[in-house]
Amino acid sequence: MTRYLSELRIGETSIIAGFDTSRVEDKEFAADLEDRLLEIGFEEGLSIEVLHQGPIGGDPIAVKIGTMTIALRKMEAAAIILGEPQ
Amino acid sequence: MTALRVALIGAPNSGKSSLFNTLTGSHQKVANYPGVTVERRSGTMITEGGHDVKILDLPGIYSLNDRSLDEKVSREIITGAHEMEKQPEVLVCVINASNIRVHLRLVLELKTLGLPMIVALNMHDLAARDGIEINVDRLSEELGLPVITTIAVRRSGVEALKEFLNRDASAYAKPMGIKSDTSTRALQKEAGRITSLVQVSEGGHHKMTRILDSVALHPVMGPILFFIILFFMFQAVFSWAETPMDLIEASFATLGEIIGENLPDNWFRSFIEDGLIAGVGSVLVFLPQIIILFLFILTLEASGYMARAAFIMDKLMAKVGLNGRAFIPLLSSFACAIPGIMATRTIANHRDRITTIMIAPLMTCSARLPVYTLMIAAFIPNNPVLGYFGLQGVVFFTLYLAGIVSAIIVAAVMKKTITKGTLQPFLMELPKYQMPRINHVLLELWQRVRAFLRRAGTIILYAAIALWALTLYPFAPKDASEPDIYYSFAGLIGRALQPIFAPLGFNWEISIALVPGMAAREVAVSALGTVYALQGDEDQVAQSLSSVLQNSWPLPTALAFLAWYIYAPQCLATLATTRRETNSWRWTAFMAGYLFALAYLVAMIVNISAKALMA
Repeated sequence: MTRYLSELRIGETSIIAGFDTSRVEDKEFAADLEDRLLEIGFEEGLSIEVLHQGPIGGDPIAVKIGTMTIALRKMEAAAIILGEPQ
Repeated sequence: MTALRVALIGAPNSGKSSLFNTLTGSHQKVANYPGVTVERRSGTMITEGGHDVKILDLPGIYSLNDRSLDEKVSREIITGAHEMEKQPEVLVCVINASNIRVHLRLVLELKTLGLPMIVALNMHDLAARDGIEINVDRLSEELGLPVITTIAVRRSGVEALKEFLNRDASAYAKPMGIKSDTSTRALQKEAGRITSLVQVSEGGHHKMTRILDSVALHPVMGPILFFIILFFMFQAVFSWAETPMDLIEASFATLGEIIGENLPDNWFRSFIEDGLIAGVGSVLVFLPQIIILFLFILTLEASGYMARAAFIMDKLMAKVGLNGRAFIPLLSSFACAIPGIMATRTIANHRDRITTIMIAPLMTCSARLPVYTLMIAAFIPNNPVLGYFGLQGVVFFTLYLAGIVSAIIVAAVMKKTITKGTLQPFLMELPKYQMPRINHVLLELWQRVRAFLRRAGTIILYAAIALWALTLYPFAPKDASEPDIYYSFAGLIGRALQPIFAPLGFNWEISIALVPGMAAREVAVSALGTVYALQGDEDQVAQSLSSVLQNSWPLPTALAFLAWYIYAPQCLATLATTRRETNSWRWTAFMAGYLFALAYLVAMIVNISAKALMA
């Protein structure tokens, strides 16, 4: 079964396998999301770890990629596929 | 010889602003590009060799996709398509040595534009400390561009770059070997390839940041820390500022007295004393609060904590369709809406920024306090409520709360209607914690203070003079039975407005006081003093006013007056700031319009329902 970044728990590590922005409800928002994710540093093959979760409903989350910490909402994390690169 | 035009460009958190501050020092100007809300920072520098260099600090961006106004303006300037800004002759692309994979993508994208470019590999000292090693020569070779290492926060750390800029425009080579495929993915692949070649060792996560974040972003301790910081900030703004504020007030009063004693009693003396000095003084008195507030905000921003605050607050702000970053400007507005509106510059999205600016005046600013204090002291008995709290305190709290709740409702309505647009991602890098540089914080603080003072010296001054004239002329007839202001233009306007304000329970005295009260909210107190023909300083007026009002206003009128002040945009300085920051008369008019409408509506409801309850 495919796993997404939004399902990763604190302290868990995985690898970015790809993007599926069709999982985001707002289509206009989804159209640009992949480029935005790529630009800030999400990339296939990179290792990723969830470091922190927000105080309300565990949203947003903070993840570690390389030397960076990036914050994003769960809704955005739902578009990031984990596992081995396809 | 003409100065070399250099533009600094880089991703957020590349240390670009620090580099700009160190290169130009105090020789810098901050303004807006005409027609947009993008900040234009420019400065000058003279190299050792005597070359003049004009440096333009472009907004921090990840790409040139024209997605945001920042990206659009940057792309237009670099390509020479901007209508006002000349195309730079040399680009200095700042990249953070700890994060070259991401930042190299921007370098490669910029390279395709064909302008001469220098790469400033910044913060390599910090990267080295984290175990990151970069082969600089190899990087330069792979990019086909000169690469210079910099430590932006130190003067000695930018010498090499200064040295490199000590030459004529013609001496810079255009980049060679530009690839035609510039899709984000292709650029990223190339950036990844170069990174794996030049990065000798990868290094780990910044240890200190990890430790601090385990507290600052902890689901329980994080919010607690956040509220402690907020509480401390508020305490500072209100209690530390008290003494300097009193001093400013006293010195303006003394200045007015001295001038009053030495000038003949005519219109000119009144102009200087009541128009100029009192008018400017009533705004300058907020300077200490503004300085303390910005000192906190800039220090938190420079340390890297601000992004964490946005993280903590994002979920709450998202409920009304705003971003976590909107929280700080709104918070600042509790001291004064002017610095709050100025602080919205950190919000990248135009629509989110407009929404935040529009609701900023609903946060109860300190200028409302004199009005609230007066009304509460006069009309609300301090009966105990629930054993512990006084009724006066509860009313105070209710007034604050009413502003906040209204702001939430207005934001939610705006985001569903006029500022509706594509959802904005929260996506944000949380930078490493850093020790803030005192000289950089002070430099930025000075820019804010200067912007505030310039306004106090211009538009606020004119408004104060205009209102002074309105309240003085024409003179009252010799056998006048009412106070002088009754016969003035302000009195005429106020009396003409009175039928409009009648449903709110406002008498002609209130209607008149509202006219000079347009300058600043607390002026309404002294204006009421004038109307009821009281003399003395603000405190004395407030004290005797309280008993006068008690006897002449019914309770529903007093409550309606309080409700009016939750909303009414009775502050020309805020409207002037809104005009400047939004670059739009329409948004300024919208703000004034909706606030007046809400003020009228809510005050009327309060008046009518209070009357019905008391009947």
